Formats: sequence, structure tokens, C-alpha cells
Amino acid sequence: MDFSPLFISIKAAFLATIITFILGIYSAYFTLKLKRYKVIVDGILTLPLVLPPTVVGFLLLVLLGKNSVIGRFLSIFDITIVFSSAATVIAAIIVSFPLMYRTARGAFEQLDINLIYVARTLGLTEHEIFWKIMIPNSFSSIISGTILAFARALGEFGATIMIAGNIPGKTQTMAVAVYSAVQAGNRALAYKWVFIIVIISFVTMILLNLFESGKIKKLGKGGF
Amino acid sequence: MTLKCIAGVETPDEGLIILNGRTLFDSSKNINLRPQERKVGLLFQNYALFPNMTLEQNIAIGIPKTKINKTEIVKEKIKTFSLEGLEKKYPNQLSGGQQQRVALARLLVSEPELILLDEPFSALDTYLRWQLEQELTSTLKDYKGTIIFVSHNRDEVYRVCDNIAIFNKGKIEVISDKKSLFKKPETVNAAVLTGCKNISRARKINDHKVFAIDWKMEVICSDFVKDDIKYIGVRSHHIDFEDEIKYIDLVNPFKLNIIGFIDDLFNKIAVLSQNNGTPIYMDLTKEQFNKIKNKTFVDVNIDKRNVLLFYS
Repeated sequence: MDFSPLFISIKAAFLATIITFILGIYSAYFTLKLKRYKVIVDGILTLPLVLPPTVVGFLLLVLLGKNSVIGRFLSIFDITIVFSSAATVIAAIIVSFPLMYRTARGAFEQLDINLIYVARTLGLTEHEIFWKIMIPNSFSSIISGTILAFARALGEFGATIMIAGNIPGKTQTMAVAVYSAVQAGNRALAYKWVFIIVIISFVTMILLNLFESGKIKKLGKGGF
Repeated sequence: MTLKCIAGVETPDEGLIILNGRTLFDSSKNINLRPQERKVGLLFQNYALFPNMTLEQNIAIGIPKTKINKTEIVKEKIKTFSLEGLEKKYPNQLSGGQQQRVALARLLVSEPELILLDEPFSALDTYLRWQLEQELTSTLKDYKGTIIFVSHNRDEVYRVCDNIAIFNKGKIEVISDKKSLFKKPETVNAAVLTGCKNISRARKINDHKVFAIDWKMEVICSDFVKDDIKYIGVRSHHIDFEDEIKYIDLVNPFKLNIIGFIDDLFNKIAVLSQNNGTPIYMDLTKEQFNKIKNKTFVDVNIDKRNVLLFYS
């Protein structure tokens, strides 16, 4: 059995989670600070969560394809995104981003606004408030969001197959491998991949639950 | 809201905020100092200690960045606020009183020119309230700047403050020292907030006599009555029995029906009225209550010097 889909999936999910983590937290922070167009910006950022992944994939294809502005610009440096392993990462980032963004935003919104107010009157800069007060006090929610984002990135199928395709050893992730195996009539292989995916997803969710029950204890230590 | 505007965490629509000659906010000149630059300390009801930091970290974070001897400042404050031994504790491991002291210590190390206390005791029961009030006054007695204390409790305000401003619908209605405010409130609102239970609309009869419209009775007063008199008020403890009058020239006698009695914490309150006018409340001692508890009417006197006149 060729295990390359496992490594491709894990690599894509891992890289995507790191990028989503940073992007998600910062977007949550900046959307909260927006005075106008908050609803619209929030809508756009959450869109990948509700759109069919194939639609997300199609839009990415339009945006990054060979004939797009970005595609043509990158071709100067002999880089193509479509049907490359970078595409698996990009697809995973886009679909996992809303989960991270939403959780971080929820966590920030739940913070006692007086904490921020007091910090300002005490002379802390906005930068310090973000790092010393907002992040530590919503840390557990942010970790939950990260685990969710990882799980979503790992299971990504629709957008991946649209933009990264199904190239064994290069862009074929586990989810795509299941599809591929069924298409080829190889039931046994499909079962194997399904089993592996279920195990990994289940372990991730167990981790999340363990973390959340630990979070209650931790909140008891740090919360009001 | 007003306090938040002064501290700069909320922005008013328009107006001017000046603190010790420094303009903090001026809508006409587009000046709006950030809260970080205002040197105004704000104490919240829930104290807003940072849950992720220990007691000493909470205090240290308030120290201006220009200071080098941070550890010493924290040590010193922990000592003056008797918080020794609690340095490594988190806010939720502290009692209400300790949390208040930490919040005050954190606020004081930031060296504000003005301290704003936003109803610091309103969520507490009477006993704890009293305790924390004593702690607050003793910890802040060495502070040299101005302190603004907001409260709905008149007793608390009277004990804690020197000067009192009465706020009504976002505007200061009266501002004066506490003694004269309680002795002679200038507006109906001030009278009500200082605990005056008896208020009636009024009309001038002559220079020293008004008709109390709601009470349906004529009242003599020692102050000169101007034409635009709107209300009169009498504090419930300024109504006496007629047979207890000390000076005959202060007489302002009424025969009032007794409608009922109210059981207050330490005394009784008689509910009286004349000709079905709105009720007039009179404080009674136990002896006074025993004297009239079975009667249907009572002869009372209102010292004419104690009749309060209001023009707004």
C-alpha cells in the first residue's frame, strides 16, 4: 500500500493550520476593531464555511489559474499553483480559516471589555493589550479553534480536488484517495483509507474534548 | 458613561473635557487624547483584575514604563495594602476586599491625576459594602489627586465624599459641599436623592405662605416665597407632634388623618394625609407610635424653617 496520501494530507493540514492560526487570530482582532462594514467583512471571511467546497475550489481555480492575474505573474518565476502540492495547502487554508477565525472572534468577544478598558487607562499599548491580555485570556478557546481547524484541513476534499487534482504521490490526499479507490473499484483500498481517516479524526476529537475538559479546570484557576 | 468618557474609553458625541488645565477632549478642535495619555484611573465594579496574571503581575503592569525599580514599587505597594503572602495568587483566589486593594494598588502605581470610582460597592450586601467602604477610604486617604465617586446610595456618598454633584439625565443639576446639600437641597431631584420623602407641587399664596397642591394644605415657611415656586418639601423627621412644639412662633399646625403605619428598620413611619391629598410621611419614635397607634387623626406641626422651597 502506498502511504503517500497520509503524508501529503498531514503535511498540508499541518502547514495550513499554522497559517490559519495566525491569519484567523489577526482577522478576528481586526474585524472586532472595525467600525463600519463589520457585518460584510465577517460575512466574506465566514463564506468558505458555508459554501460548497467545490465552489470554493472553483473560485480558487479562477483566482490562481494559469490565465488569472496571479497565475500569469507567478508563471514569470516558473511557478504554477494549480495541481501542485502548494494547492493542497491553499485549499486546506481556505476551508479551515473560518473555523479559526470564528472561534478566536468568539473568544475575544467574550472577554470582559472592562479588562481592555482598564488596560488602556493604565497606559498599555494596543499591542501589549493584544499579547498580554487578549491572547492569554482566550488561550484555551484559541487552542480548541486550532484543533478544529486542523481536523477540517485534514478532511478537506472538494476544494482540493478542484484546484490540486488527484495526482498520486503529489496532490492525492487521503480524502481524495478514498474517492479514487472507489472510482477504480478498489473497495479494499477504500476501506483501508476510511479506517485510517476515522482513526485520525477520532483521536483529534478526543484530544479536543480532553483539552476542553481541562480548560474548565484551567478557567477555574485563571477566570473570575 | 460619563466616567468612561472622562477616562477616554468611550467617545462622547460632543463637548469638552479638561483635567487640571489639560484638554483631554474637545470636539470643536478635534482633540481626543487616547486613554493611555490621559492619566485618569478607573476602578470598575468588578475590579477588572487580569485573570491570567498573579497579584504582583497585576500591580506591576500598571507601573509606567519609564520607571526602572518596578520590583521595589510592587513590594512597597503590597506592603502598604497589606497583601503580603498573596503575591503569587490569581485574582479568583482572592477575597472581594483583597481584589479591591489589588485594583487600587494597580491604579495608584500608574500615578493618575484623577481617580474615577464607578459604583464600586453596588453589587455587594450591606455588611461587605460597609467593610469595603472603610477599606477604600483608608487606602485612598493619602492620595493627593481628585477622586470622583459615583453611587446611588446617599449614606455612602455622605460618608465618603466632601463635595457632591447631583446628576440628572446626564447633566449636573446641583454641585455643592455635602453639608449644605443635605441641609438645603436646591432642586427637587437633590431633595429626593438626599432622602426627602415629602414633596408636593406648590403655588404661592403670599410672601411666606404656599398652597401645597398635592397635599391639599397651606404651609407657612420662613423663607421668602418667589412667584415661580414649583415644589415644596419637608423631610419626614421634620414633622413633630403639636404638643411637643418648643417655640410658639414657628407654628405651622395641621390636623392630619392617619392612613397607616410603615415598619422601618429602626422606627415607624406614619402615613398621613389631609382631605385625601397625597400621603405625607412622618418618622415616629416608639413612644410616639404608641401614643397614636389607635387614633384616626393626629395634630402635627412643621417647623416653618424646615420647609424647603424648590424652583426647579
